[in-house]
Amino acid sequence: MTEIERHDYDVLVIGAGGAGLRAAIEARERGLRTAIVCKSLFGKAHTVMAEGGCAAAMGNVNENDSWQVHFRDTMRGGKFLNNWRMAELHAKEAPDRVWELETYGALFDRTKDGRISQRHFGGHTYPRLAHVGDRTGLELLRTMQQRIVALQQDDFAETGDYEARLRVFAECTVTELLKDPAVGPDGAIAGALGYWRESGRLVVFSAPAVVLATGGIGKSFQVTSNSWEYTGDGHALALRVGADLVDMEFVQFHPTGMVWPPSVKGILVTEGVRGDGGVLKNSDGKRFMFDYVPDVFKGQYAQTEDEADRWYDDQESNRRTPDLLPRDEVARAINTEVKEGRGSPHGGVYLDIASRMPAEEIKRRLPSMYHQFKELADVDITAEPMEVGPTCHYVMGGIQVDPDTGQSRVPGLFAAGECAGGMHGSNRLGGNSLSDLLVFGRRAGLGAADYVVGLERRPAVQAADVDAAAVLTLAPFDAPAHGGPDDAENPYTLHAELQRMMNDLVGIIRTETEVAEAQRRLGELRARVGHVFVEGHRQYNPGWHLALDLRNMLMVSEAVAASALLRTESRGGHTREDHPGLDPEWRHRVLVTRRARDGADSTDGAESEQVVPRVVVEPAERVPMRADLLALFDLTELEKYYTDAELAEHPGRPADPGRPADPVGGTA
Amino acid sequence: MSYTGTFRIWRGDADGGALADFRVEVNEGEVVLDVLHRLQATQAPDLAVRWNCKAGKCGSCSAEINGKPRLLCMTRMSVFERDDVVTVTPMRTFPVIRDLVTDVSFNYAKAREIPSFTPPADLAPGEYRMAQVDVNRSQEFRKCIECYLCQDTCHVVRDHEENKESFAGPRFLMRIAELEMHPLDVADRVPAAQEEHGLGRCNITKCCTDVCPEGIKITDNALIPMKERVADRRYDPLVWLGRTISRRRG
Ligand SMILES: Cc1cc2nc3c(=O)[nH]c(=O)nc-3n(C[C@H](O)[C@H](O)[C@H](O)COP(=O)(O)OP(=O)(O)OC[C@H]3O[C@@H](n4cnc5c(N)ncnc54)[C@H](O)[C@@H]3O)c2cc1C
Ligand code: SF4
Ligand code: SF4
Ligand code: FES
Repeated sequence: MTEIERHDYDVLVIGAGGAGLRAAIEARERGLRTAIVCKSLFGKAHTVMAEGGCAAAMGNVNENDSWQVHFRDTMRGGKFLNNWRMAELHAKEAPDRVWELETYGALFDRTKDGRISQRHFGGHTYPRLAHVGDRTGLELLRTMQQRIVALQQDDFAETGDYEARLRVFAECTVTELLKDPAVGPDGAIAGALGYWRESGRLVVFSAPAVVLATGGIGKSFQVTSNSWEYTGDGHALALRVGADLVDMEFVQFHPTGMVWPPSVKGILVTEGVRGDGGVLKNSDGKRFMFDYVPDVFKGQYAQTEDEADRWYDDQESNRRTPDLLPRDEVARAINTEVKEGRGSPHGGVYLDIASRMPAEEIKRRLPSMYHQFKELADVDITAEPMEVGPTCHYVMGGIQVDPDTGQSRVPGLFAAGECAGGMHGSNRLGGNSLSDLLVFGRRAGLGAADYVVGLERRPAVQAADVDAAAVLTLAPFDAPAHGGPDDAENPYTLHAELQRMMNDLVGIIRTETEVAEAQRRLGELRARVGHVFVEGHRQYNPGWHLALDLRNMLMVSEAVAASALLRTESRGGHTREDHPGLDPEWRHRVLVTRRARDGADSTDGAESEQVVPRVVVEPAERVPMRADLLALFDLTELEKYYTDAELAEHPGRPADPGRPADPVGGTA
Repeated sequence: MSYTGTFRIWRGDADGGALADFRVEVNEGEVVLDVLHRLQATQAPDLAVRWNCKAGKCGSCSAEINGKPRLLCMTRMSVFERDDVVTVTPMRTFPVIRDLVTDVSFNYAKAREIPSFTPPADLAPGEYRMAQVDVNRSQEFRKCIECYLCQDTCHVVRDHEENKESFAGPRFLMRIAELEMHPLDVADRVPAAQEEHGLGRCNITKCCTDVCPEGIKITDNALIPMKERVADRRYDPLVWLGRTISRRRG
């Protein structure tokens, strides 16, 4: 094999979105030599697409807000399935992380007294989202990109080399993580192998700590708000080296994606439209969300249009509009309206802001939405309603990590951002991702730095592993071993089939029969993916790139389908038509996905399993919530989610079971 | 609603290339990028094109359509007649890597040369207070998605490779303006804008403003005000004197 390009770093961050950049900043500020690898150009990661805002209980607009209220909202949004320690750290640390961005140069929209303005969003009790119009993600990403440039400038001043301690490897895709089996009982991370998209040449990174910050999995679904990068690479890379995933059945379908024209179907319409006053209507012109407030949220939402409208200006004496229920509820409601024949001409419902505020105000508050509809659909949102419908948006499931350090079960492997699991439970609240990136990006950077500093011996990349990973990465250029040239599979065709199948069978509403059928078809795709053959050369060859991404999408789709089949209840981003209710016995259980072990899990060792290793999903018990956090909730609310036995210790219990415990920080 | 359109696409690499003709299906509501994707899936699997969000938000898919710098994902097919030949070529100002993908590293190099945001030393996080009116202008510039179409179109570098060394281009001159107009920034980049980043070479043709997909008024709101700041310094004898002295010392 020809000589491979090699680099040596202390911390290798895979992903240049919000989580990756924040992790890299932290590791570099701790003095470690840090590299960032990303599939697209620096500054283009998916985070730029985030629109609405970044949730942090700063209390700038409503001073009653506090970390406790934010924590409660997050747990409720996730239907009490969240990793509570993550939700706690997130709620406590998000304000500091947002303020820190101002010191890097971020310019958020302001309140009248000059502080960071905050907007309403679904599931958040108070106006909580720091924002910049409807391009908050761009602001976040650009700010951190510029912070990285600032750190490079410091290094230049000191050493004459911008890249002395922090370097970005853009348009470089990692295809395999590498371990040193001799460190610890199960080995430890030693580095990664990837390829330059531009030249197709391979590159090996040696690094004792790897932070995965690769984002989500949406490109496995046909209708999605996600970009091509979202192929679940981090999820798959982690599984391949022995880390676990959790909660993979929970996939968020955002209620409002564009539905027309077909080529833009799925592109996001920010929840900020509803946060700022937009309302959902069906073809009868009815504001239907009032009919869809589920029992667990009864009493927390307005019951009349008048009350809902008054709430925008006075949140103390009115309840919020049900247009701002958590996303899973709204998405299901839209799905039902359309199914029952009250949809819009192109199979969505109406989202009306035009009749709710003056045209100029709409353009000022929602400039990108105005632009997006004008340019892509010929719709003037200041004059007519938008047509919207659910779109695959976010994966709650991800790599299982230690909340405080971001470390997975594999020593040296860390994860943060959308590819990490647990924080959002069964459903993420809008705005809680950008803050998640900042809080846990920083923590993973810190965790990785501490780990590296504490190492006694640096793990070493094994030559044989590099060779094997290289062969696997270049395999799509080899004509298929079996059958004639006619058996060669086209990666674009396989991808389209996978997307359609996942959308139809493991989408927003699921049944046992459909998910089982999906598993069968995934089995067929797995056999075919080994026959993918790409034409052309290695230089910037999109067919090859897709062929490699496809393996990850397949592995992740198997995790989603297997988890969806096991969880026989409906909760958050997992709706089983055949098991429509919440089941408290499922609340305390978590579905864990891991790579099948040779022999033990009776895999047949087929060739396709090297390309796409099989996965196994098993239930495990969740760690019970710390008592002081549990006490933040009314007993009556907890009783809707918890089993009796779990609540025995609640302070509200023994004294007077009928009365709610003393709530902290105001009720919702 | 569908029809077969004719596309002429530049294919090649750093060593050269040529326009290739394709006949391909076009459907209602599609953008040029949709058609290129269909070409990849059906006729040219290795056609290199850079893209990411397909929603006009990331600035990856810059190219030239019928000679005009544009985003592939925001150019609707409905702006063409059915029998128009749609010609797609890579951005001309940057070296070609392959097909429609160019090497835009020039821009990242320029970005590094501009001194970063410099807050007042005594301001703690959480204490920043700025009025909305005072951040509006810099916020306009921060809408930039770094598509580099303005850099591509500016004649100072488009036909003059030799100017690249001494000219940051509209995007980064605007970055200087953004920092200069930040209400809390304490650094001074005005002399450097003129002397190191080539502000003087801009002769306010506004071509950059014309191609900006974000509709940022680069020339009127960033470049001209920066030129005024430079001019003010020049004519202010005290500033002039102060600078001459410090320069002699340095
Ligand atoms: C349209 C839209 C709007 C949204 N709006 C909001 C909002 O208002 N508020 C909110 O909180 N959240 C929002 N979200 C969600 C949020 O934007 C994402 O969850 C978040 O940005 C994910 O960030 P990340 O850092 O985890 O990953 P990303 O920003 O997606 O970055 C992933 C990075 O990993 C790299 N990568 C992936 N695989 C590899 C590989 N194999 N090798 C090398 N690099 C790799 C990619 O190139 C990229 O740089 C929105 C999402 C969408 C799609
Ligand atoms: S206005 Fe100046 S920067 Fe813009 S294109 Fe013309 S010369 Fe270039
Ligand atoms: S200023 Fe406009 S044209 Fe120039 S890079 Fe930014 S978005 Fe693109
Ligand atoms: S693909 Fe992001 S701007 Fe076109």
